Amino acid sequence: MLKDLFSKKKKYATIPSEQAKQDVPEGIMTKCPKCKKIMYTKELVKNLRVCISCGYHHPMSAPERIACLLDEGTFCEYDRHLLSKNPLDFPQYMEKIEEDREKTKLNEAVVTGEGTINGFPVVVAVMDSRFRMGSMGSVVGEKIARAIERAMEKSVPFIIFTASGGARMQEGVLSLMQMAKTSAALKLFSEQGGLIISVMTHPTTGGVSASFASLGDYNFAEPGALIGFAGRRVIEQTVREELPDDFQTAEFLLKHGQLDAVIPRHELKDTLTNILDIHQARGEDEWRTS
Amino acid sequence: MAYELEFEKPLVELRKKISELKEFTKHRDVDFSDEINKLEARLEKLEHDIYANLSPWDRVQIARHPNRPTTLDYIERLFTNFFECHGDRCFGDDEAIVGGIAKYHGLPVTVIGHQRGKDTKENIRRNFGMPHPEGYRKALRLMKQAEKFGRPIICFIDTKGAYPGKAAEERGQSEAIARNLFEMAGLTVPVVCIVIGEGGSGGALALGVGNYVHMLENSTYSVISPEGAAAILWKDASLAKKAAETMKITAKDLKELGVIDEIVPEVRGGAHRNVDEQAKYIDDVLQRSLRQLLPLSAEQLIAQRYEKYKQIGDFIESQQHVSVM
Ligand SMILES: [Zn+2]
Repeated sequence: MLKDLFSKKKKYATIPSEQAKQDVPEGIMTKCPKCKKIMYTKELVKNLRVCISCGYHHPMSAPERIACLLDEGTFCEYDRHLLSKNPLDFPQYMEKIEEDREKTKLNEAVVTGEGTINGFPVVVAVMDSRFRMGSMGSVVGEKIARAIERAMEKSVPFIIFTASGGARMQEGVLSLMQMAKTSAALKLFSEQGGLIISVMTHPTTGGVSASFASLGDYNFAEPGALIGFAGRRVIEQTVREELPDDFQTAEFLLKHGQLDAVIPRHELKDTLTNILDIHQARGEDEWRTS
Repeated sequence: MAYELEFEKPLVELRKKISELKEFTKHRDVDFSDEINKLEARLEKLEHDIYANLSPWDRVQIARHPNRPTTLDYIERLFTNFFECHGDRCFGDDEAIVGGIAKYHGLPVTVIGHQRGKDTKENIRRNFGMPHPEGYRKALRLMKQAEKFGRPIICFIDTKGAYPGKAAEERGQSEAIARNLFEMAGLTVPVVCIVIGEGGSGGALALGVGNYVHMLENSTYSVISPEGAAAILWKDASLAKKAAETMKITAKDLKELGVIDEIVPEVRGGAHRNVDEQAKYIDDVLQRSLRQLLPLSAEQLIAQRYEKYKQIGDFIESQQHVSVM
């Protein structure tokens, strides 16, 4: 039961959702791709999927992310009813979608909804790379745009966790246009004074990195996350030179001015809480009267 | 005591004499208390005389004191919840300028400042507090963000100047500074700037277009460093002392010229002697400034800022038209 694993105080037993059950990996042991150590999956999950030995940030599913970030019992999901179509009649596309739905118990590659973070109300969109590599098709774009609209109606901050290979090829140019749709929604929200926080997780590439992922008032990333527009191999072939080891990592982006900060997973909730706190603090009354 | 300045030598000698005398009497059955009291009174008077009559060059030395408190020293003492934001979202993160969001007595603010290092290693990382274009662009990004969320902006100025390098020119040093002056003039939120150390030319001004600009008593603000001025005016950088006297670079001079609003008093002997105390002096002027600016509308803030800079300059409106034909 993930909710229990991630909350320190366990006052009431919560009913495990089908989703959460699904997220506990089948294997008892997990091998870290970075340090190659083998560890108990249970321990890794308990440590927010941060490698106990080397600190590598293993990908998190959207339900796991929501469970560890939002206050227990506050999450209310939006738009579970939106389903992908097959606009290009792409062979096997619907079957693959169906498979991923089955595997993840999600309707698409992003989970959206509202809840609170240490009491601060937020609308969140959390991408899940298990579903079609987190790629963005019409449903992903629509769910994100609708979540932004809800944040706008409620005047609450919008936080997005990205994890995506980019635009979904099977939906062709419609998926490209989701970049414009989501960016346009963010522009309207921003003009209204809305707070946008983007947290880029491994991997955030292509059309997602070139739209909402990069449009936060604060752009953060998790350590070691791969972030970039074009793929490394494509660039290497084009420029015909070897790229540095840290190329397109979160740390590389920080050095090149693209991120406000790289934030380890264990510090994320506190950092977000501080930023939400500063943005809703209103010392004005006290300040204006004297 | 580490790193005494040239003009403090008489004080150092006197202090040494007093402590020697004290040490001497401790182990012997003699009473020098009269003598010690007299010397301590003399020290007190000498300290007063020296620090009350600092020459501009003395102040330059204090402003450059290696232990002089930096932007981060003041941020730590004046604000809570400080979160540093990095990067200009274009090219890089210039560590010669720090900036972020914080609370000031509960009020959300954006705070930005030049940042020198405290040791050689940090100075290399921070390029001795001399920014590149990406530093100004980061500062501007944070100012526009402050504007979006209606937060006042506080700038700490402390730089020898913009970095005279090849890369800085390639990336548009001039444009970056100019852009900041242009955009700061139009900010719809209060901007309070405080020169805490050296205010070196365009690099300083790029964080310095505010509704109020204050200066610490021993800080300097100038179009060029005294060394640079001496080199240009008299082709001799060793005449820096003379240049410091001539160029009107002290807080008192700038107040008289109408360039700054208030002189923030310093702890006797310089801010580095008691950073906590110095932070309190800054806290006082900052609170007063913000209380005056917060009730103003966006239009009023922009108009006030424009009027402030429009006033600066010295010229005659003559009766005759000087013909150039
Ligand atoms: Zn590992």
